[in-house]
Amino acid sequence: MNNDFETLSVVDLARHYGRRKALSQVNFTCGAGDIIGLLGPNGAGKSTLLNILATLISPSRGRVEYGNRTAAEGGAEVRGRIGMLGHDLFLYPELTARENLVFFAQLYGLPDVRAVAQASLARAGLADRGDDLVSGFSRGMRQRVALERALLHEPRLVLLDEPFTGLDQASTASLVARLRERQQAGCILVMATHDLDVADGLLSRAIYLKNGRLVGTDSDSHGLSERYRLAIQ
Amino acid sequence: MTKLNPLLIGLSAVMLGAAPWMIDRAPYESTMGLVQKVFYFHFPSAILFLVAALICGVASAIFLFGKRPRADGWAIAAAELGLLFGSLTLVTGPLWARKAWGVWWVWDPRLTSSLLLWMIFSAYLLLRRYGGPGSDKLGAGMALFGMANVPFIYVSVNVWRTLHPQTSVVPTLPTDMGLPLWYCFAAFTMLFIALLNLRARLEHQRARVEALYLAEDEA
Amino acid sequence: MISDFFRVAWHVMRKDLTVEVRSKEVLLTTLFFAVSVVLVFSFAIVREGRAPDDVAAGILWVAVSFSGTLAMGRTFERERYNDTLRALLLAPSDRPAIYTGKLLGLLVLLALVEMVLVPLVGLLFNAPVLAFPGTLAALLVLGTVGFSAVGTLFAAMLVRVRSRDTLLPVLLYPITIPVMIAGVRGTAALFQETPDLPMAQFWIGLLIVWDAIFITLALWTFEPVMTE
Repeated sequence: MNNDFETLSVVDLARHYGRRKALSQVNFTCGAGDIIGLLGPNGAGKSTLLNILATLISPSRGRVEYGNRTAAEGGAEVRGRIGMLGHDLFLYPELTARENLVFFAQLYGLPDVRAVAQASLARAGLADRGDDLVSGFSRGMRQRVALERALLHEPRLVLLDEPFTGLDQASTASLVARLRERQQAGCILVMATHDLDVADGLLSRAIYLKNGRLVGTDSDSHGLSERYRLAIQ
Repeated sequence: MTKLNPLLIGLSAVMLGAAPWMIDRAPYESTMGLVQKVFYFHFPSAILFLVAALICGVASAIFLFGKRPRADGWAIAAAELGLLFGSLTLVTGPLWARKAWGVWWVWDPRLTSSLLLWMIFSAYLLLRRYGGPGSDKLGAGMALFGMANVPFIYVSVNVWRTLHPQTSVVPTLPTDMGLPLWYCFAAFTMLFIALLNLRARLEHQRARVEALYLAEDEA
Repeated sequence: MISDFFRVAWHVMRKDLTVEVRSKEVLLTTLFFAVSVVLVFSFAIVREGRAPDDVAAGILWVAVSFSGTLAMGRTFERERYNDTLRALLLAPSDRPAIYTGKLLGLLVLLALVEMVLVPLVGLLFNAPVLAFPGTLAALLVLGTVGFSAVGTLFAAMLVRVRSRDTLLPVLLYPITIPVMIAGVRGTAALFQETPDLPMAQFWIGLLIVWDAIFITLALWTFEPVMTE
């Protein structure tokens, strides 16, 4: 596929809202099989960065390259290779889990949307709850549906905003397993998280953000919380 | 451009200062009497009001599709001046209407169209003021729609009005506009250009300050 | 590409209608609001048990525009609730297809509201709604399309703005005045004692031109205004 990409480069990225600097001078590169963690306190610019990577916000300066193209050059083709799990989950509570999945499969123009949705429900462990309304689901169940929704079209770049919030241990473990499986499949995963214990050992690289600036990066996968303290302070 | 501003402002100040004498010396119009003199200010305001709409719309289109941030400065400057000159038009119009029709407001096609355009400018500025971050793009979209609407407002209001018989005879203005009118028009235009320039420059400098502020970390 | 555009628009519309069939919230509240508007205006103008002539058209269009604004705000409030608008914008299609889908969904809802509103106004104000059904339908369809085309764009771009509920009517009404004038005068021409068909046709012509220009503009501006 020539509209696919295997690397993601963030070059001198800045985004400001008037005087407020949400991000400035962010640079990093990653490739297939990487799990990147964006770590930092609230307001560090993690969500802004994810939204820029998702092409939903345009940068004030700098650029993001998906392979050798920017979002403006790639347009819908690049968007079609991105999957995002937002903090607000991106699900319609008035629809059933299956209807949500089928609808998004249709938006992505996938063939045989029913089978795709069924497979996703099975992976989410909700094969028997597929026809229940999402509004009746627990946070963990919603999260699993939302993750499968984001992965429906097997995106190359997977963006996750606080994926571990409100999950119990079992749900967390299954989420980690699913993310590892995607890593094996050659995805680029970028996640913003507060949960250092879970992220410890999962990330192939940690990027520390503070007040919109990149204050450190390392690819040592263990002892994250100690180094987080050092980097942020 | 910048060096021209003091000249334009000085010239228009002197000219506007002398305008009362010019207007006073203009021939006295017998039907309307003294009130006719308001026309010397009304006409230039109304024309510049329309010019402001055009500038705001075109600048917004350039900003939105051409991705030129500077164009937004011109758009907001034009919108504020549009509101200013629109208000002048709407105040001087009824002064004249009071004499001509005996009431402060009539749904005269031109007056009504001006009011609608004035509303669009106000809505645009409200959006810019209360729209929060990103309101520059939203405002540009709104301005584009506002500009495209001008001919429709004009046609629809005209036809809407002619459905009813005119209740009074609209006195036609003296066709001899004469020197004072063009004199006032020139003064107003210079004032308009100078204010537009200054206001846009303020926006541009604000943008530059922000750019510098943002670039502060690069050092 | 074209088939792709309409496929996405179709699915977005169907999704909106599925949600609506399930909750009926927007339809019922909009309908009730429209009827309330008609009643409020009736109390304001009916004297000695009789409404003055020539008010039916005005009341009908005021009710359409007020309730339409309410419906637009609500359909986008739904997309805001779980941030699903972002998910829609992420879809690998032309972004104006999303706009088109939302517009079509809104139009179906407003058509249902008008099907109740028109007979009601006819009944209460003794307006001959069945005299020229085709012409009246054309005026209603074209007027509603024009009003909603601009309203859908504005509601979408105001989703991220805090004071969106007040800004939507503030922006929408001045812009759509020509549509209102055309709708009211065209309908009044049909309702008056000696109907003036050429006048109604003139307004239909104006609405066609207006709709064409503003739908084009809306499709054109949707992408740039939706990228923050």
